[in-house]
Amino acid sequence: MKYVIIGNGPAAIGAIEGIRKKDKKGAITLISKEPHHTYSRPLISYLLLGKTDEERMKYRPDGFYKDNGVDVMLGVTAESIDPVRQTVKTDKGKVPYDRLLIAAGSRPFIPPMKGFDAVEKKYSFMTLDDAKALSEALTPETRVLIIGAGLIGLKCAEGISGLCGHIAVVDLADRILSSILDREAAAVVEKSLREHGMEFYLSDSVEEFKGGRARLKSGKTIEFDVLVTAVGVKANISLVKDAGGACERGIIVNDHMETTVTNVYAAGDCAQGTDCVTGQSRILALMPNAYMQGECAGRNMAGEPGAFDRAMAQNAIGFFGLHMVTAGAYEGEVYFERGEGLYKKLFYRDDRLMGYIIIGDIRRAGIYTAMIRDRTPLSGIDFELICKDPSLLPFGKKRRAEMLGGVKN
Amino acid sequence: MKRVYVNEKWCLGCHLCEYNCAFSNSGGRDMATTLMGVNIRPNIRVEEGEGVCYAVSCRHCEDPLCVKGCIGGALSIEDGVIEIDKSKCIHCYTCIVMCPYGAVMPSEDGAVQKCELCVKTKKGTPACVAGCPNGAIVFEER
Repeated sequence: MKYVIIGNGPAAIGAIEGIRKKDKKGAITLISKEPHHTYSRPLISYLLLGKTDEERMKYRPDGFYKDNGVDVMLGVTAESIDPVRQTVKTDKGKVPYDRLLIAAGSRPFIPPMKGFDAVEKKYSFMTLDDAKALSEALTPETRVLIIGAGLIGLKCAEGISGLCGHIAVVDLADRILSSILDREAAAVVEKSLREHGMEFYLSDSVEEFKGGRARLKSGKTIEFDVLVTAVGVKANISLVKDAGGACERGIIVNDHMETTVTNVYAAGDCAQGTDCVTGQSRILALMPNAYMQGECAGRNMAGEPGAFDRAMAQNAIGFFGLHMVTAGAYEGEVYFERGEGLYKKLFYRDDRLMGYIIIGDIRRAGIYTAMIRDRTPLSGIDFELICKDPSLLPFGKKRRAEMLGGVKN
Repeated sequence: MKRVYVNEKWCLGCHLCEYNCAFSNSGGRDMATTLMGVNIRPNIRVEEGEGVCYAVSCRHCEDPLCVKGCIGGALSIEDGVIEIDKSKCIHCYTCIVMCPYGAVMPSEDGAVQKCELCVKTKKGTPACVAGCPNGAIVFEER
């Protein structure tokens, strides 16, 4: 069996580990555009913060490819796939496959903005090379303008906070981190970021860049030296789309990570699967999801059937020591608790926990995540108790004997 | 593989497992001087409710969500034991979001801490089990 994997992030690594659980011998070839050993992309902001370095950013140890018998083609671009002859065309020649995984991730989406092309110092914040280039452009006096107050934009802001003079952030949404926080929670985090000197321009967008200035729709102007665009990402779907495979915003996959093209699988940020909480088909561009999709793809490619049908939104992120965790969908009735060092919202509906937002004391939040993932009937546990304090007490003796005692009931 | 299992009905709620865990991971010479006046942060924690108590620590799952979710590759499985490389942990706490047991927790320095079955500190039976006076936690294959 000849496996080919396009990509070198968590979905690709998950696939290698998934394949090798079943098939120790089949040939695996990994093709990646980036010339680096597999590294963790979300760590680029921590690299700039000085909390990690390139060595520690490695997602797997140096010997990973060799230990798993992977033939690695780094710095090689996959250009197209021929689903009939089962080959991948790259800029370095053709590579044949029996099973192919597309784990090609996503790329920055930059909306059309007047004067953008003439901005001299502009960067994205997706890759190790982006982070290095950005940090080289910064001095303690640099004024940085970030377009996008999402996870990428704000992680970038935190990462460069000690390397530049001033940071302004513009976002079209009425709040920061709009993909993971509701308005009240966003206000809590925004306040903390403002205390660290960041300036926010929300419900606003750039009308025009001109001579080191951004003129906003609201009429305000921001002077800047360096521009970072972190508006959003676009899934890399073209390899499958051009081969006739079904794509929407992402490459459509089933619970086995199969695309509609025979012997071609997709996983990670380029794939669009089912959100187990809402039932919607969508891209869940999150690392745990990418790894688990990749692992599922790998196992299936190696002939071991098994579905991954537990994809859901789940985030853990912190800014300047303020931690927040979120999961699931913010639908239904709300349990709300707010106190010193804690902001907590649990969303529940139809006897199920649907989602949560917790800022501050995030301890043991995984107990809530598991309830969402497992669709734990709330009528079967002490819900009042678990709202206040996530522990195993509300589950009762019988369930605990399974969880802690290895008993199979 | 041998794991720490809980016999809930035998737990006295004495918290000795917590002290033995903290001591085992402290590198100290004797428990009294090492832990005297210290706010311990053990990897095993006793939960208590009305008429029940039991200790919770990492289950060392065969299919561990914490390891799969770790964004930095800081958690790994070594011979079945889920270990944390604190130097690689960037304190994002994705593992805390993933663990169904609440058995991974932030340590004093921010990196996560978790039970590693004492593989880094001593050989054989983990300290929590060795010191349990009532067989409420055991180290065995089930």
